[in-house]
This record gives sequence, C-alpha cells and structure tokens, in this order.
Amino acid sequence: METPDPVPGALSLAALAGSPRRVRRERLISRVMFCAALVSVVVSALIIYALFSEAWIFMRDVDWSSTWGELGWFPRRGIYDMPTLLVASLWTTLIAMIVAAPLGMGAAIYLSEYARPTHRAILKPILEILAGIPSVVLGFFALLWLAPNVVAHIGGEGGRGSMLTAGIGVGILTVPLVASISEDAMAAVPKSLREASAGLGARNAVTTLRVVLPAAVSGLVASLIVAVSRALGETMVVFMAGGAADAVIRTYSPYDGSLTMPSAMASLASGTDQVVGEGLTFQSLFFVGLVLFLLTLGLNLIGDRFVTRVREQY
Amino acid sequence: MTAIDDMTEGRDSEPLGEVGAESPAMPEVVFDVEELSVYYGEFQAVQDASLKVHENEITAFIGPSGCGKTTLLRCFNRMNDLIETAKVTGSLRYHGVDLYDSKVDAVEVRRRIGMVFQKPNPFPKSIRANVAYGPRVAGLAKKGPVMDDIVENSLRKAALWDEVKDRLDDNALGLSGGQQQRLCIARAIATDPDVLLMDEPCSALDPIATTRIEELMHGLKDDYSIVIVTHNMQQAARVSDRTAFFSVNVNPDSDNRTGILVEYDSTQQIFSNPSDERTENYVTGRFG
Repeated sequence: METPDPVPGALSLAALAGSPRRVRRERLISRVMFCAALVSVVVSALIIYALFSEAWIFMRDVDWSSTWGELGWFPRRGIYDMPTLLVASLWTTLIAMIVAAPLGMGAAIYLSEYARPTHRAILKPILEILAGIPSVVLGFFALLWLAPNVVAHIGGEGGRGSMLTAGIGVGILTVPLVASISEDAMAAVPKSLREASAGLGARNAVTTLRVVLPAAVSGLVASLIVAVSRALGETMVVFMAGGAADAVIRTYSPYDGSLTMPSAMASLASGTDQVVGEGLTFQSLFFVGLVLFLLTLGLNLIGDRFVTRVREQY
Repeated sequence: MTAIDDMTEGRDSEPLGEVGAESPAMPEVVFDVEELSVYYGEFQAVQDASLKVHENEITAFIGPSGCGKTTLLRCFNRMNDLIETAKVTGSLRYHGVDLYDSKVDAVEVRRRIGMVFQKPNPFPKSIRANVAYGPRVAGLAKKGPVMDDIVENSLRKAALWDEVKDRLDDNALGLSGGQQQRLCIARAIATDPDVLLMDEPCSALDPIATTRIEELMHGLKDDYSIVIVTHNMQQAARVSDRTAFFSVNVNPDSDNRTGILVEYDSTQQIFSNPSDERTENYVTGRFG
C-alpha cells in the first residue's frame, strides 16, 4: 500500500518535539537542583565520617577503664568518666522536660481548644518570638535571673549555675517547640470530631482529653521527642548556666554544677586555640559527640516506632 | 398532652408564621419556636421562624441551599454556641423551657437532644468506644455489663448490631459509610435522648444505605422525636409527618441572603396541596 501524501497542515513529529533550548534548560535546572539536594547528603555523610574516624582512634587507643567508674570528667588528664556526663545530661533533660512538657502542651491546648481568635492572634506570635531567642541570651537569663530568683527558692544556690538552673533554662527554650508541634497536631484533628463530641454532651475539657489528644497523639509524642533531642543537644545554656568549667567531679545532685555531653565538648573546644592535654583529649571530644549522635538517633527511632503503634487514624 | 389551638394562634398578621396541621389529637409539643432569628455577626441567616415540633413525629426541614434550615436545626441543641459570632433572638422553648435562658447549660441540652451530622463522623476509636462515649461522659455507666447492655441496645436500635456484634473492638473507621452513619445514630441514641436532630444524614450515602437509614427512622419514631434537614424532597415525603419549607430572601441592597420559613404543615399537605406558591414551585421541581 502506498503511503498517502501528507495532508497539508497535518501534525508532524517536529511540531510536538518542542523547543530544544527549553528542553535543555529544563534538564539543566533539574541537575542544578539535584546537586543542591546532594550537597546536604554529602555534608551529612562527611559529618558522620569525621565523627566516626576520630572517635574510632579514641576507641582503639583509650584505656577503657578510664571511661567508666572514675572520679569525674578530666579529659586533659586522660580521665574520661562517661557516667559523669550521662548523669548531667539526664538531669538537665529531665528537668527541661518537667518544665517544657506541661507548659508547652498546656499552651498548645489553650491555643487550639480554648483561645478566642483575638487572644490567639496575640499569643501565638509571642510564643514564636520566644522560639527565636538565641540560646546564649537564655543562658544569661538562666544564670542571672533564674538562679537567684527561682533556683534559690527551691533549694539551690542563687549565686552560681547548676544542673537545675541549666535544666530550667533549657526547658524554657523548648517550650515553644513543644507548643508549636503539639498545636499543629491538635489543629489537624477534624472539627467534625469535636462537633460529634460536643453533640453528645461533652464539655470542652472532656472533648480535649478524650477525642482531640488521642487523635493527635502522634504529633504530641513527636513534639516531646524533638524537645528531648533538642534538650540533649543544647549547648550554650548548659555551658553558661550549668555551673562547671572544663572538668568536673561526678555528682548525682541536680543542685551541683556539672557538664553534659555537649557542654563538655564545648568547654573542651573553647578557651585556647587548640585542645591540649593528654594524647587522646582531642579525640575524646569526637567520642562524646558520637555517643550523643547515637543517643538522639536511637531516640528518634524508638519515637517513630511508638508513633506508628499508638496513632489513631482519621 | 397539651392541645394546641393552631387555628387561632399567631395567625393575625404574620405571613411567615406558623401554619399548623389540623389533626385534632395533637401530640405534645417538643420545640416551640417563635420568631427565631439567627445572626452570624452582622449577617442574618434566619429571619423570624415560628413552628412547633411535636413528640414522636418526624419533622422535615426542606428548602434550597442557604435557606437556613441547618442553622435553625443547630439552634435546637445549641450547637451554634460553638460559633463565636452566632447570635439568636426570639424564643425557642423545649418542653416549655427557654433553651436560650442564661441559666441553661448547653451541655445539659445536648445530652437530651442528640445530633447526627451530615458526614458520618465516628471517633477513630473502636465501635464499642464510640457508642459508649456519650454514656461514659454523662456518667451513666462506666464499663461492665451495664455499659455492654447500653452498647448492644443502641446498636440494635440503629439496626447495626448483627453486622458488628463480632467485631465491637475493631476501629469504627473500618466500617462502610452507611454503617458509620448508623453507628453515629447508635452513638446518639446511647445517651438516651428525647430528640434526634439529623442534619442531612444521608447526603454522603449511596441509595441502599439511604434506604436503610430511612427505614431505621420509621422505627425510631416510637421512642424519639426526630427533626431532619434534607435536600432530598422525596426523602422528606417518604419519612416525615410534618414538613417545613424554607426559602431565601435576597436583600437587593446588600445582597445578603436570609433564610425564611415559608410554610409549615403536614407533609401530605405540603406535597399535595401547598398553600404558598413558592412551596408549590419547589415541591413540583420548578425551582431550587
């Protein structure tokens, strides 16, 4: 069969092929964006590599008996008692959560379930401003105001920093974090569920407790996990208000000053232009960083598991 | 039983006022609405509605979109309280008590007047927990055999028991749309209310599920007074004893649309021999 003559004005492949220049440009844009995304992956990988390689030297060469059951944290003398830092990290994080969980959740519940639109319009921006305060400012606030005015009244000493002071400071720092994530989670609960509950004769508090909070539990747990991670990693507030310099004797009392993992790292890395001391002092900094990294990673994994298990679908 | 003399009451000058049904043995009045207006801020959603809802009857509100029928329904259990700017004027008596008296607690009202919503809205909890929610909140029962009885009876009344009795602890969101809506009816019944308000309960359902709900409503009439808002005229004609037809007044100056009650009568009268031309146009399909 003979192919018919092309009809005048018929569609040709060239007409659908598009402008080669535009196609090339689109491809270029796609590649540039891919590179931008790749950079963050590469940087993450580099961080992990740097952390692991130096920490590995520490783990290979260190006398492990010096990392457990020693008097305290004296990295410049080759004494790296990890329990000292772990206890301090635990205390400050715990105290921070005792402050941040009720205040943050309470603020979120008020904003989401109770506040009139006019009150909300004032409160929410203030909360966001609090989230933007540099932690060094909060460190000052903790040391110079919280210590004499709050900590001194609950059994501590007003004149210096302590784990209690630092913990309250970190707690204040994480309140907006807890509030904002929790509020988002509660706002995502459909209005129809609140109406259903109200229609059955439930008061606002009952609706919040039995319908909104269970439906938002994934977000609430997420907010606490993020806050714990943030508190564990918070450096400046604890560095300033934690009440210890670069070395400390192990203590279990929150009224004492001590070093958390990040504040121990900060004090090792600051002061002089280089970390000096025993052969492994520099590497110990990376080792502590690695422990911190693994802790927060594990925390997030457990949190994810928990979130998928208890979540109420809607 | 209070005999209500509809023929002489409220007839003098109010063209939009109540037009009563003529049956001689009038059942007791559950809701007595007089000149009720509802505002959202400056906007008037319903203007001067007056009607009486009778015990153990199904009263249907029909009319085009935006005619205020849902707004009026939501006054009956003070659901409009949840909207910040809503304001209600006129009088709304429930068994003789002014529902909008300052001493009345909306929560107590809602325990007596149950509501079923347009879209099925079960809680993301088990079937059992959904039904038990109301009684638990009201302190009627906690767990145990008493609650089990309430759950079973409510589900039976809602014609859902046989379908779910073996999976009471499954999540309610696993049910079909029609089953979810019957669960919502069971949940509303569980608090042992006096009235059921239904806001277009079948609009999200397929015809088969709709038929089941309609059959169910006929059975529920013996125990409850039902007020149903519906877009579907055939549904109103099928299920209701009385029908209120609402329409929209458009203000030519402000373009505001205000709902008005045009005619209220026995369903038979509304659909066979309406007295208002607007009603006739609507029910015969010439408008709306």
